[in-house]
Amino acid sequence: MRKYTPKDNVQKKSYYTDRYWVAPRVPREAVEEGTHFAEVVEKMKDFVKESYIEVGQLVIHIDAKENFEAIKTLKEECGYAQCSEQSAVDYLAQDGEFELFYQFLNINEAKRVRIVCRIKQGEAIESIVPLFNSANFAEREMYDMFGIKVNNHPFLKRIIMPDDWEGHPLLKTYPLQGDEFASWYEVDKIFGKEYRDIIGPENRDPARIDRYDTKRFSRVGYEVPFGADISEGEKENPIEYSETVLVDYNKDSGKQLDHRR
Amino acid sequence: MQQPNKLTPFFENLNFERDDNTMVINFGPQHPSAHGQLRLVLELDGEQVVKAYPDIGYLHRGIEKMAENMTYNEFLPTTDRLDYIASTSNNYAYALAVEKLLGIEAPRRAQVIRTMLLEINRIISHLFFIATHALDVGAMSVFLYAFREREFGMDLMEDYCGARLTHSAVRIGGVPLDLPEGFIENMIAWCDKVDHEVKNTYEALLTENRIWKMRLEDVGVISAEDALNWGCSGPMIRGSGVKYDIRKEEPYELYGELDFDIPISDRCDSYGRYMIYMQEIYQSTRILRQLVPMYKESEPQLMAHAPQYISAPKEEIMTQNYALMQHFVLVTQGMRPPKGEVYVPTESPKGELGFYIKSEGEPYAYRLKCRAPSFFHTGLLQDILVGTYIADVVTIIGTTNIVFGEVDR
Repeated sequence: MRKYTPKDNVQKKSYYTDRYWVAPRVPREAVEEGTHFAEVVEKMKDFVKESYIEVGQLVIHIDAKENFEAIKTLKEECGYAQCSEQSAVDYLAQDGEFELFYQFLNINEAKRVRIVCRIKQGEAIESIVPLFNSANFAEREMYDMFGIKVNNHPFLKRIIMPDDWEGHPLLKTYPLQGDEFASWYEVDKIFGKEYRDIIGPENRDPARIDRYDTKRFSRVGYEVPFGADISEGEKENPIEYSETVLVDYNKDSGKQLDHRR
Repeated sequence: MQQPNKLTPFFENLNFERDDNTMVINFGPQHPSAHGQLRLVLELDGEQVVKAYPDIGYLHRGIEKMAENMTYNEFLPTTDRLDYIASTSNNYAYALAVEKLLGIEAPRRAQVIRTMLLEINRIISHLFFIATHALDVGAMSVFLYAFREREFGMDLMEDYCGARLTHSAVRIGGVPLDLPEGFIENMIAWCDKVDHEVKNTYEALLTENRIWKMRLEDVGVISAEDALNWGCSGPMIRGSGVKYDIRKEEPYELYGELDFDIPISDRCDSYGRYMIYMQEIYQSTRILRQLVPMYKESEPQLMAHAPQYISAPKEEIMTQNYALMQHFVLVTQGMRPPKGEVYVPTESPKGELGFYIKSEGEPYAYRLKCRAPSFFHTGLLQDILVGTYIADVVTIIGTTNIVFGEVDR
């Protein structure tokens, strides 16, 4: 029987995993009383579903519907004046959800907080551009890469991929080798779909090299007639050098520097 | 109006005559001062920019996607291609993020060498900035001089790792090699030369230059509030009077032990940022000089001892069976970090370069997000270009110091 390969995650998999292997977890520490992070959790208590410290940064899980209000509180009451990153993680195969994270920086305290929330597939998230302009590009990139719609974004348009691209590349279901749409993208766009047959797959890629093509490629070291068929095998013709030319002029006269000037 | 059909598609850059009497022009992606592949659609009222729309993605290679399909060690050379002006800072930021995930720390000598390489890269990147920025603004000779010093810096990197541009000079858990013979002497000689040249050539040519000041002063003004709001970092935020350097505030590697200053400027304009770049070169050479005694005092170990994640030294692999088995597993399967997520910011020459890694305990990262400073600085362009004149556009793009390897990723 053919091996089962899941279609909802086409990314590369580990070829061998010990059946008794249980992955450990990066330690999550509880927020200690009296620290700056405890104050943040206290001020955010209306929104916090779960909070802990992971590798020195506070992680707060919130409800995705309250993201704007929660982040507004974080900015205005806790002093987190910079949103340094915003993106998503694809958990569609496991839970049917995206995990969104927002990374914030408090300049005065030199502390970082990560806000995490989850949304179902097809749901939209509220934009935080009114609070942080840096989320403008970040949310556009998230939309481009995952297809997550952002409500009230000033200009939600694909940012990195072309506007008419199909699919969202960072989804786990996105093929690694490029699908039919991707491979014919330029031909379809410039000439139209009906030109696929005329152009053919061999001309689709302008960088393609065919070693038996004697019309567009020349051989190294010898020549064959234009258009000759050499698919049966190429003529043995080693490159011969004239010995008289091979004089090492640098042998005596060459000067090598001892050290850098 | 245009009549688009199959043979003459709609060209938005040909849309010169509009009803509201503004002109739309297309800057790049092949413009020599677009710093790579930036396409900027500018709407002009006379010579004044009314609207700016940065269009990126011409250098998109899907590096984050590649990270999800490569083992952690395989991905490291790919990070060279992010900010290709200072490759080691990308390698280092990635290696540090993975080390934080694994919970290991590089040995002392590796830390010294890494800090050295980071600062050499910072100088190389800053020299490149001064060279290209001056060239954009119109000072051709500074470009030639600065590239000469940068060339010697790249010679140093070549002495260490054999590559000039894509270094991959850092490994997860340490560095692959000790410093070669004569490296320290060459580095100190280079530091002296850089200090001397920056002081007597670049600053002499530019700092008080009347044309340079006219082109840079009060151009590209960003208030501190805007800089924070738009996610600026590095010299962009320090040029707006916010004293925040990750090396000082959240020290990593040896920066906690080193003595250096953070130059800031409250001018908020391109000239202030230029001064910061110049001063940071002096601070970097100061750091490099302090690292020499630290290097001499350190033990010769180069890679962290963590057999579960990192191969043993070559002698052990060749002599001990268990080390060979570990090495085989790590090479064929790749290391498996614990489950968890980590975001590690570092101060790259351009600003805050951070790696967010989400691990599910597999040899492949479940999600890797590269927080590139240039990406956010490009986003800022749509704000600060509005209201400026077309002649200042190139200056403002130059002062943001964006590199398209890390904008598009």
